[in-house]
Amino acid sequence: MANDKKPNLGHELTKGFLKENPVLRLVLGTCPTLATSTSVVNGVGMGIAATLVLICSNMAISALRRVIPSKARIPAYIVIIASFVTVVQMLVKAFVPALDESLGVFLPLIVVNCIILGRAEAFAGKNPVLASGVDGLGMGIGFTAALFCMGTVREILGAGTFLSGIDTMIGGSFTGFDFTGVLEKLHLAPMTIFILPAGGFFVFGILMAVANRLAEGKGLKKAENACAGCPMAASCGRKTEEKAQ
Amino acid sequence: MMEDNRKLIVSASPHVKSVHTVRGVMLDVIIALIPAACAGVAVFGFRAAWLIALCVGSSVLFEYLARRVMRRPNTVGDLTAVITGMLLAFNLPVKTPEWICVIGAFVAIVVVKQFFGGVGQNFANPAITARIVLLVSFASVMTNFTSPVVGGADAVSAATPLSFLGRLHGAAADTTLSALLESGSLPALSQMFLGVRPGCIGETSALALLLGAAYLLIRRVIRITIPAAYIGAFALIMLLVSGFDLTYVAYELLSGGLLLGAFFMATDYTTSPINTLGKIVFGAGCGILTAVIRLYGSLPEGVSYSILLMNIACPLIERFTAPKYFGYIKQKKEKKAGDAA
Repeated sequence: MANDKKPNLGHELTKGFLKENPVLRLVLGTCPTLATSTSVVNGVGMGIAATLVLICSNMAISALRRVIPSKARIPAYIVIIASFVTVVQMLVKAFVPALDESLGVFLPLIVVNCIILGRAEAFAGKNPVLASGVDGLGMGIGFTAALFCMGTVREILGAGTFLSGIDTMIGGSFTGFDFTGVLEKLHLAPMTIFILPAGGFFVFGILMAVANRLAEGKGLKKAENACAGCPMAASCGRKTEEKAQ
Repeated sequence: MMEDNRKLIVSASPHVKSVHTVRGVMLDVIIALIPAACAGVAVFGFRAAWLIALCVGSSVLFEYLARRVMRRPNTVGDLTAVITGMLLAFNLPVKTPEWICVIGAFVAIVVVKQFFGGVGQNFANPAITARIVLLVSFASVMTNFTSPVVGGADAVSAATPLSFLGRLHGAAADTTLSALLESGSLPALSQMFLGVRPGCIGETSALALLLGAAYLLIRRVIRITIPAAYIGAFALIMLLVSGFDLTYVAYELLSGGLLLGAFFMATDYTTSPINTLGKIVFGAGCGILTAVIRLYGSLPEGVSYSILLMNIACPLIERFTAPKYFGYIKQKKEKKAGDAA
């Protein structure tokens, strides 16, 4: 995509939902995805925190893109991202301390989240402020949606609950659904493995397959499977090598 | 016939084919598993037979359905799903609820086998992986062992010999082997050999397992390399740790799923190395891991975890034990000219 072409804002927003979903299609940010998607509330909390950072950092980096020297861009990006992560972390600590407790180290680790650095490198560093902000919003929604799906599957199958702990996050008296009593009456039990990392990987793999199917139909033909058809093409170093084919 | 008119047939290798087919080999394995199945039913009663039938039935059904949904050729006829079902049932306590058996069959056939491409493509032994998934998910059910019902006794919850042996070592060691033998917590060695002890359905009877293993060895379905390396490495470590106490080593060898794992699950073609050297590394690795888990781990039994870990290490073992091409000479690394600077 040439730099002077006016970006299509609708496309920048929606591409992150499915076609270039950061977790399920670009396979970025895998570590926080697996670690925080043990329950829906944790996953969505993580997703929203990362989305806030992503929008702010994308816009700031885009605004400064002509100032930042290209050779020192990664440290510059990290400083910008780290500032916003600190802000978000302080906000979470002040207003949703329960989320801070359950996310633990993964909240400050948003600094090194591949999605945020990846979008800075692949998009915000080359595109105008508004488009970068919209891109960040779309990617953040995609990330949150992926975490929501994974959290739903893992929490229902692994713990027998849905949205548990929601009262500690947003207040109110609704404490989420609890199916464990029903399961016990049927002499069934939740499968603990879905809460554990091994089960997380399997849910992740299956969701990736589903996302690929939804985005690509029956899969790419072999001839298209070069750089042009790759969702990573924008940020992949191999593109510059330009295969002879 | 068209073929007969040709003087010269040009085709890719291999040109010499053996009479072994997947179906024939698997039939041999099924025959070899039957003594252990009979022993399981004899020791634990009719419910053992029902669980074996259920696991086999649901495995075959899932195999059929998965191939159908994926629009791939039907492979129920190669009998691999039957073996997976039998091995899965052998790895379950007799009190396991039916729905857990069906989940186990689903994990083994659909997740471990068909997601990765079906027979010959699975990354780990399906039955072992299913057992571990169930063990992690339903720990209390999967460790709820019952005493044998031989001679009309009632099935009551009972601790396995392994959980008693586990109390001999580690930080929580609170007893000795002679004390355990005197108190009658451990069955006599002859009972252990026959399989009259608490445990999973198919793992208890060493006699039946060895009969089946002998059949497989005579039919040359499996080679002795992996079981020998596995049991040898395990026994050696146990000998050294116990100060050459042969009774203790015999109990360790006969308890848990060691024999079942060594002869029937570690020897799975798909997930074990091809070369003899690789097989030795693989078997010894299983033995060492099993011994380490039993001695120092928090779990009483380590056979399934060690086989799974070595399954995953298998491609790596293959890479380092690949034979040299005939006449191939390893080239010395040339020093780069710029290195000195």
